[in-house]
Amino acid sequence: MMKSNHTLNVMLTVYVILIFMFIFAPIIFSMIFSFNSQRFPTIPLGHFSTEWYQKILADPDVWDAARNSLIVSSCTAAVATFLGFCTAYSDYRYNFRFKGPYLALILLPPTIPLIIMALAMLAWFSKIGMSGQIYSIIIAHSVLTAPFAMAVIRLRLSQMDPDLEAAAWNLGGSEWATMRHVIIPFCKPAIFSGLFLTAAVSFDEFAVSWFVSGLNKTLPVMILEIVQGNIDPQVNAIGTFVFFISMTLVVLAQIFFASRQMKSF
Amino acid sequence: MPISTGRSTKIYALTWRLPIIIWQFFFFVGPVLFMVAMSFFLVKNYRMTEAFEFINWYKMLTRGYFWDSYKYTILISMVSTVCAMGLAFPAAFALAFSASETTRRWAIFLLIIPFFTSYLVRTFSWFVILSEGGVVNAVLGHIGLGPYTMLNTHFGTLVGYMTLTLPLVLILQTVTMSNIDKTLIEAARNLGCKPLATIWQVIIPLSKTGLIIAGIFCFILSFGDFVAPFYLGGSQETTLPILILDTTKSGQQWPRAAVVAIMMMATLFAIAFTGIAIAYRKRKGA
Repeated sequence: MMKSNHTLNVMLTVYVILIFMFIFAPIIFSMIFSFNSQRFPTIPLGHFSTEWYQKILADPDVWDAARNSLIVSSCTAAVATFLGFCTAYSDYRYNFRFKGPYLALILLPPTIPLIIMALAMLAWFSKIGMSGQIYSIIIAHSVLTAPFAMAVIRLRLSQMDPDLEAAAWNLGGSEWATMRHVIIPFCKPAIFSGLFLTAAVSFDEFAVSWFVSGLNKTLPVMILEIVQGNIDPQVNAIGTFVFFISMTLVVLAQIFFASRQMKSF
Repeated sequence: MPISTGRSTKIYALTWRLPIIIWQFFFFVGPVLFMVAMSFFLVKNYRMTEAFEFINWYKMLTRGYFWDSYKYTILISMVSTVCAMGLAFPAAFALAFSASETTRRWAIFLLIIPFFTSYLVRTFSWFVILSEGGVVNAVLGHIGLGPYTMLNTHFGTLVGYMTLTLPLVLILQTVTMSNIDKTLIEAARNLGCKPLATIWQVIIPLSKTGLIIAGIFCFILSFGDFVAPFYLGGSQETTLPILILDTTKSGQQWPRAAVVAIMMMATLFAIAFTGIAIAYRKRKGA
């Protein structure tokens, strides 16, 4: 290799590292700030302190918000993954008229800016008398996250031997029995993956939750409201906590996603 | 695959097909259509009454502040897209062509992490880092520079947009470019094509579709985000999402907010469709 090529590679590597530093700086600093004694963190940093964590743990509003967030994300995961599974299977198994619009119906919502979805959901829920409840957030989040579950499960189904289903029918299994004993077991890792993925997306969403939640604040909505007031390092503590929950969910999703490659049918 | 016959087979098929149709009609198509209808409603004494009047459209579209905000939002989203695409490209290039398979996998895995961290918390973190007495100015102060005002400026807004868009753009660019057949690049080099010319004449045309998709996503994300311009840009310039927020939350003028939302959606669809048409257009002679 030529020398100039070598210099270029070093420069590119440094550049990649800089870009990653930019992307991860806010995440890492947020964690550092959450353990820092200063109310307004700067260099040099203050001493190590768990003050902000103690504060949030002592705050009943935080506990309420955390409970709401857990309810919302787990229910959303169940509904969205169910819808995603049904749609993925329909897409895999059948050809029918208007299949394009049918798929657009599930795939479109994430491409619409959240602030617009938030306004539309708020207005609609008020109209039909369903606004300001925990289930309003669950319903809205299911619409937003179902495509993620569908994508993961559809990917899994495309790895299935198409003859497998037919073989089960030939052996006398009804369609329902085949679904129960062949297709669902085959999709199981993807279903779990979908559950964790949709839960993670729901757990972080703030715009739609903020509009439709009324008084039932979730953790991200609470962060939004604290941030509007003033500089409050509690946000970093809550944020770090939320980060670890989300990451656990994502890692679980990854584990199931990867395990299906190994356990071939 | 057997041909669907009989009643039970039909019921079976519909069991899987119908849930999403019903659900999305109630909770996706319903809300969007209702929002369109709502843009014709009237607001009297802070209460919305159903009507079919063009007053909201007229009130919004004849106001200078709406168009100022519209132009600014388009402009800043374009700047954001150019910045994200430009900043990501060298990194994606390096990851796609000089990094090993393992490094690339790890890089993409790392880039997925930001999607699952609260964007709000990351923005708040920037707020503290970039402030007058924050980390960046403290470091710059040690070498005798600054302090610089970075918050409540266009720069602040752009930092926020980059936080939101850069990971996605970088993933899409990397995946697109790593799918290019490497032998085509070697062929170009062997035929005497200079490195920069190879990028312009071989790599970019071959990854056109993926690059345009990345650009569209970046534009949509920036265009619809209210957090960056609100917290880091200090609402110095009102973007359309902030306009929706203000009109809905403080003004109680839902119908007017709906007008803004519909204008935003129309703009995004126009841009997305144009972009996709260009992305999938066959090259002449190809």
